[in-house]
Amino acid sequence: MAGPAILAPSGLQALLDVLRARGYRVLGPQVRDGAIVLAELADAAALPVGVGDAQAPGRYRLRDGEPDRVFGFATTAQSPKAVLFPPDELLWRGRRTADGFSIEPVAPADEPDHRPVAVLGVRGCDVAAIGIHDRVLLGRAHVDAHYAARREEAFLVAVTCSAPGGTCFCASVGTGPRPRAGSDLVLTELTEPHRFLVEATTAAGEAVLAELPTAPATADDLAAADALVEAATAQMGRSLRTDDLHELLPASAESPRWAAIAERCLACTNCTAVCPTCFCTGVEDASDLTGDLDERHRVWDSCFSLPYSYIHGGAVRTWTASRYRQWLTHKLASWQDQFGTSGCVGCGRCITWCPAGIDLTAEVATIRELAEAHDAVAAASDGDVLGGHR
Amino acid sequence: MAMGGRTVTVAGRAAGADPAAAEEVGRDRRPTLAVWKFASCDGCQLTLLNCEAELLALADRVRVAYFPEATRAAVAGPYDLSLVEGSITTAEDAERIQQVRAQSRILVTLGACATAGGIQALRNLADVAELAAAAYPRPDRLAFLARSTPIASHVTVDHELHGCPIDRGQLLEVVAAVLQGRAPRIPSGSVCTECKRRGTVCVAVADGLPCLGPVTRAGCGAICPAHHRGCYGCFGPQDTPNGRSLASLLGAAGMAPTDVVRAFRTFNAGAEPFRTATGPALPTSVPDAAGGRP
Ligand code: SF4
Ligand code: SF4
Ligand code: SF4
Ligand code: SF4
Repeated sequence: MAGPAILAPSGLQALLDVLRARGYRVLGPQVRDGAIVLAELADAAALPVGVGDAQAPGRYRLRDGEPDRVFGFATTAQSPKAVLFPPDELLWRGRRTADGFSIEPVAPADEPDHRPVAVLGVRGCDVAAIGIHDRVLLGRAHVDAHYAARREEAFLVAVTCSAPGGTCFCASVGTGPRPRAGSDLVLTELTEPHRFLVEATTAAGEAVLAELPTAPATADDLAAADALVEAATAQMGRSLRTDDLHELLPASAESPRWAAIAERCLACTNCTAVCPTCFCTGVEDASDLTGDLDERHRVWDSCFSLPYSYIHGGAVRTWTASRYRQWLTHKLASWQDQFGTSGCVGCGRCITWCPAGIDLTAEVATIRELAEAHDAVAAASDGDVLGGHR
Repeated sequence: MAMGGRTVTVAGRAAGADPAAAEEVGRDRRPTLAVWKFASCDGCQLTLLNCEAELLALADRVRVAYFPEATRAAVAGPYDLSLVEGSITTAEDAERIQQVRAQSRILVTLGACATAGGIQALRNLADVAELAAAAYPRPDRLAFLARSTPIASHVTVDHELHGCPIDRGQLLEVVAAVLQGRAPRIPSGSVCTECKRRGTVCVAVADGLPCLGPVTRAGCGAICPAHHRGCYGCFGPQDTPNGRSLASLLGAAGMAPTDVVRAFRTFNAGAEPFRTATGPALPTSVPDAAGGRP
């Protein structure tokens, strides 16, 4: 593979042009409705130049970023999940026929004006999240055909984080700020002078890179990228200790903390909707008034919704405490048994976009403290019991 | 009260039907649909009229047997599907809804009035005699119940459509479901689910706008946040609403306590989770069936 290269800031437009010429629908970060979101991008001038974000539990604000910096923000409001695993996916249509009904399969390529998707500005956490979705949706006995079709043709341009947000903790879960394997190209935005270090990580990335007006990167460029990663790592707003979670959370099933969280939790499902790895869905049949046409849709669902745990006769998790417990325990502990990885990539979205500002890193810390205090008391009383009765 | 003014009894309408029309419909095998109005503003019924394109398909499938907003023709019950708008606010209406139920195979309530008592249920939280005296020159001429109650407090309801007004898509869905003999798709979770599905940036988190979406039932498609407004809860409580948490969040964000109370007490003030989100509702001692004044 060709070595790392340097792209001038004006080269971003060339990158967009090359991707579009190759038939991609290019999505990139842009300011919309008071946030930086992923949206269709044809013109590099629409990128959020000089715009930053301030993120805290339950709070997001745009702010002035470093002037000229194109990727000087933390995360987009929604991750590429909404593109590769859309919130509402038509699976098939059924039509009434003279002697029964017919089923018409639907594939992403059948959508009007369908083009493969290229996403510019995927963060390390989101690259890792796509890797987790690949495992969950492609790596098991039954491959998710719609996801497979979108994923296979997608092109990902990752960008190293220079300005992690107040709710980010990718460094402590090992997914950033430098994107790991999983994208096609990795950009790192360097300053003085303003330039982009570009690394191709797949053959498709290599082919695109070959069409860009670049110069070979120097050792100084690579050192500048390393320094940027180091500075960004030091700026992480939050951290999560992960080594004990596989045991801690299942052992804390009866922790009093779940009830305390349920006092605040709104069971609104925002956390799961913005989480780049949450993949739970429901299936809905929508028929028209005549009943001659039926469409089966797969729509995002959430372990925070009541009908989600409906088993004949009623819902199992009627209390919000049991839903939060399910979410956190699955995400951080049983996910490891199921998929060989944690389900959390440290993007911080569930913290920022929770209207109640519930922070999983703080909740895990509290649950751990309570467990330790409980163990200490148990150990002390155990001693007593043994002392008194033996 | 004026809101409960229109009182057309089922029996009276049926007896007054045009014999020729009755003869014609006698050969008609299409299921019958009736729309009934109680204390309400007509907005939900008008949603049905606004389904112009779909109504054509509907005319093929159902016979509109009683629909005061759309047609003057009326036929005798029983009806396959009754859509009921409005809350129960008078003794006559309390009687009439029993007749409607008795004549209806499937009964669906439309909107905040019929499902939660409507904006007029605000009087459930006040001294209704005092209100009447303040609003009318001759309150002694009024005949009304002290409380505005949802249809389900009086008769069994098969499906409920929420909203002020209802969503046309949901209305067509419930009609289609009844015609096809299946369960309608009526979500019970929060408005937030619809915000996220349509990709709206959360106005509460990104702008600090007060938004009742987290405690409010989905169904409208999250219209208000999509137009950069906080949800004001017109669909009423979601299936597991945490009104107390949202009320304290609104307070912490700087909303005055009286405004927090008001935010929860609008079209769905009669819904228990909204009524009690800001603490015990006052007063609670108004008797159910006693009139405000004789
Ligand atoms: S659990 Fe929260 S921080 Fe972790 S990946 Fe999901 S949204 Fe991001
Ligand atoms: S944790 Fe926050 S975002 Fe998630 S359901 Fe509860 S209140 Fe909503
Ligand atoms: S704007 Fe309101 S309804 Fe939408 S996600 Fe935010 S809190 Fe929920
Ligand atoms: S967003 Fe809220 S207030 Fe607006 S239409 Fe929907 S339920 Fe009603």
